[in-house]
Formats: sequence, C-alpha cells, structure tokens
Amino acid sequence: MRAAFASTLFAAAERDPRIWLLTGDVGYSVLEPFQMKFPDRFVNAGVAEQNMLGVAAGLALAGRKVFVYSLANFPTLRCLEQLRNDVAYHRLDVTIVAVGGGLSYGGHGYSHHAVEDIGIVRLLPNISVFAPGDEYETAWATAELAKRSGPGYLRLGRGDEPAVHGGIGPNWQVGQPILLRSGPGAVLACTGATLALSLRAAEQLDATLFSVPTLEPLDPTAILDAARSAGRIVSIEDHAGGGLGTIIAETLALVPHGIELRPVRFGREPVEVAGSPAYLSGLHGVNLEGIVRAATGR
Amino acid sequence: MSVDVPQLARRIRRHVLRMVSMARASHVGGCMSVADILAVVFGDWLRGSPDEADRDRFILSKGHAAAALYATLAECGYIPIAELDQYLSDGSRLLGHASHLVPGVELSTGSLGHGLSVGCGLALAARQTGSPSRAIVLLSDGELNEGSVWEAAMFAGHHRLESLLAIVDVNGWQSFGRTSDVLNLEPLADKWTAFGWAVRQVDGHDTPALIAALNTLPFSAGRPSILLAKTVKGKGVSFMEDSLAWHYRSPDAAMLKTALAELEGGP
Repeated sequence: MRAAFASTLFAAAERDPRIWLLTGDVGYSVLEPFQMKFPDRFVNAGVAEQNMLGVAAGLALAGRKVFVYSLANFPTLRCLEQLRNDVAYHRLDVTIVAVGGGLSYGGHGYSHHAVEDIGIVRLLPNISVFAPGDEYETAWATAELAKRSGPGYLRLGRGDEPAVHGGIGPNWQVGQPILLRSGPGAVLACTGATLALSLRAAEQLDATLFSVPTLEPLDPTAILDAARSAGRIVSIEDHAGGGLGTIIAETLALVPHGIELRPVRFGREPVEVAGSPAYLSGLHGVNLEGIVRAATGR
Repeated sequence: MSVDVPQLARRIRRHVLRMVSMARASHVGGCMSVADILAVVFGDWLRGSPDEADRDRFILSKGHAAAALYATLAECGYIPIAELDQYLSDGSRLLGHASHLVPGVELSTGSLGHGLSVGCGLALAARQTGSPSRAIVLLSDGELNEGSVWEAAMFAGHHRLESLLAIVDVNGWQSFGRTSDVLNLEPLADKWTAFGWAVRQVDGHDTPALIAALNTLPFSAGRPSILLAKTVKGKGVSFMEDSLAWHYRSPDAAMLKTALAELEGGP
C-alpha cells in the first residue's frame, strides 16, 4: 500500500504543482523518489507532528495541496487539535496519510496500535476518510484525494497486503461500496486491510462481499439492499468501535431495515502481547473463524 | 502611510472597552496590552488586501484578544465599525476568539500554540514562489508554555524562514498567575536566539519604537525575526493595569465611563 500511495502521489505531483509532501521523519525507502524529484515541495518536518500539521495548514492557506505522511497514531491523535481546528475547520487541502492502520505494526506495542483512528477522525467536520484494502484501492484513493479539495484522511496498512483486485475498477466511486462477489451465503462488508481475509471468508461462505474503501462519505444503500433478503450484515474491519460497524449500525438504527448487524472488529481492550498482525487480530476475533461464526450465527 | 498610529491605538482601546462591557465579556486586559502592536501592524506595516494572494498575513495566535483584532479591522475598513456592537451577540460572526469568517482574519484561533506553525507554512509557501508575502504571528507570553510553539521555533530556525515575524505580547501574566510564578520563561531572549531566531526587545506601547523595529525586518539575514514586546496587561486604564482580575472581569457602566475618560485624557 505504501508503494502504491507513493507512486500515485508522485504521478499526481507531476501534473499538479500545488502538491506538497510533508513527512514526520518516516518513509525511508518509500518517499525518496518524491524527495529527489520535487525537493522544493518536500519537507521532512522532523518528529514534531503538531508543528507539521500547522505547517501543512499554512501551506494550504497559501494555496498548496498538502499530503502529510506519518505512522499509526502520530499524525492524528498526537496532533488531533491541529487536525481539528487548523485543518478540518478551515476546510484546508490537507490529506493525512497514516501508515500502519489497525494492528499492522501490532508487535511494536500499544503505542503503534491505530485502532480508534477512523472513529476519531470521522467525528471531525469536513474531512473525507479513506481506508483502502489493497494496492489498487490505495492508488485509486490517493488519486481521488489528489483531485478532491478539502481535508482528507488516508489510512493505509503496512505494505505487505496482497493485491485482491486486478486493477482499479472503472466504476469505483467515492462514497460507494465496491461489490467483489455475489453469493447466497451471507452479506459481508469490509474495510481497510481486512480485504484479503474477507475475500477468503466470502469464498468459503459463498457470500456477497463489499469492499468499503471510503467511510466518509459513505452511501451504504447497496449493502443494505443486498442484505435485505439475508437479513444480516457482517461488517469486518481492523479497528475498534467507531468505524465501519458503527457507521452501519447508525444507519440501521435510524431507519428500520429489519437487518441484523454482526460486527467483526476489535474490542476496547488493548492487545498487550507481541505477534504478527494476523495473530493479534485473531485475539479480537478478527480472523477467518470469527467472520464465519458471525456470518453463520454459530 | 498617513495613519495616526497612536490615535488608531486609542480608538482600538475605546472599541474594546465598549465591546467587552456591552457583551459582559472577559479578556479585556490582554486586548489592551496588544492595542499598540495591532495599530502599528495594521496601520503602518501590513501590505495587500484580503483578496490578494501575495498579501502579508497576520495571525493572532493569542485568539482571546479577538475583540482588539475586530476593532482594528473595523478601524481599517475590513468590517463596518457598527458591527462591533454585535460582538458575542446571538448569531454574530464576531466570536470570542478570532474567527476566520471575519474579513482580515487569516486563521481561527483560541487554543494556544497553533499560530506559529501556520505562520511557518505560510513563510515556506512564500519562499517557494518568491512571493513578497510576509507572515506575522502575535503570541502571548503565557502561550509560550505550549510545546508546539517550540516545535515551530525549531522549524523556523532550521529552515531560516526570513519572512516570518513573531511578536510576543510579554505582559507577564497568564490565566492563573504571573508567568514567572507559573512556568518561568526566562531567559526568554536567549531561548529564541538559541533556536536560531534574531531577537529584538521593545516597549510594546512605544509605537515609534515598534515602527522602527518593523522597518528593519528581517532583523538578521537568513533568520526568522522575533520581537519581544514588553507590555502592561490592561494598558491605558489605571484600574485594569497589571492586574490578573481584568483577564476575567468586564467593566460595568460606571467603570466603562471612568475607563473611557482615562483614555481620552491620556497621551
């Protein structure tokens, strides 16, 4: 995902001289091409995220389109107020790019668990929230964010997520779920780096699967329509409450659809042991067994 | 320019007193301490109108002095003077902290420690294109408690943001005590020097001295400039001067009358 983001942004920056890239001292072996090609539009702001967000806001006030790249919770929670007051409230052209969503850096410890970020950022005004699931969704999301005006949040995994799509779909639209497969088994909706896992579950269940790379804005109509006969939606995400499951739950609570929601997501309890992302996610039930259990009701 | 800066400062203070009295609002002390600085910046220094991309940009990082900024903007023709009567009233755009929905306000502020970083971004952008735009950020001394200010200080020094000017309203007070008692800032000039800034100190109520300082920007080639402006909180009204209470209090009708009379009788 990181590489897809970097190459797409590079291409966008060749076309649009307003595009800048700031990094919070991360991006080794990923951001160098941008740095080399556009040295006057690249700044390593150092390990100082509050200032980095403020600098991005100042650049955007002066007409630039700024991407801010950092890790896990550092470009959001560490500087949440700068994101809220300076970027979101002023509707500035600043996109936060967070690498390491979910537990993809889980083994590094609690500091590196980005498991509330979507819920927190989604509460801020004026900000588009993207959580792509593979390199193609990442390239698409990056290109869309480079075209869109206003604040954005791009939540990426770590980089080793397998490609699920064969390319960028011609009909992908911001705010619309992407239908990956249809089947009678169940209706699954996943977001972020759970895409490959969700596809495996959908194949095993012969289920319908939607990928949801845009969480704000999001029109869930297609998912609800598909779920009407099944009577149940399984939401899948590498995030705690506040993300996709919560968005669908809010929709179902506001309008009675007669559809049950089974969220597969992290709980509130911190993970306190080391392990691979798959292992750690499994501790919360975000794994194949957890999805199948949610879908089949067993 | 032919603006009578001391007269402008006096009019700003008069508006502020009326506004906070009418709205029963707080923060009059910190508005009075920056009146002369605002008069110099807007009356003598700032170039370009709000619709010009290459305009100079002023950020009130101490957003709680919004009443003084609105009064300045009204006196300088950005908003109608009559609108000042709407300060803090239902539905008014004149919020208690600086609001970017008011013409001439570049950034909404209110939480301390945000403005200097944004000023850094503006200065970076200007340098990239060779724009003559200068960024000026007015901070309070209490605001310097915020760690984000020092992140920005380090950044501006490192990147040698020559078109950036910070002014600190050194009135010696913060919300719950004297700055020297709450979190000592001294040696303040040395701190900024160590961060790579060119530092000048000035009497923040001496308008000719303020003008003279701004006319020599940048204070040192290749460095961001900072003006430590020694001020008196509540300046211009004897019973408000150097008093923590007037961070919070609002003058009633009788006090307002006395205060306005003092201003008229002043220098």
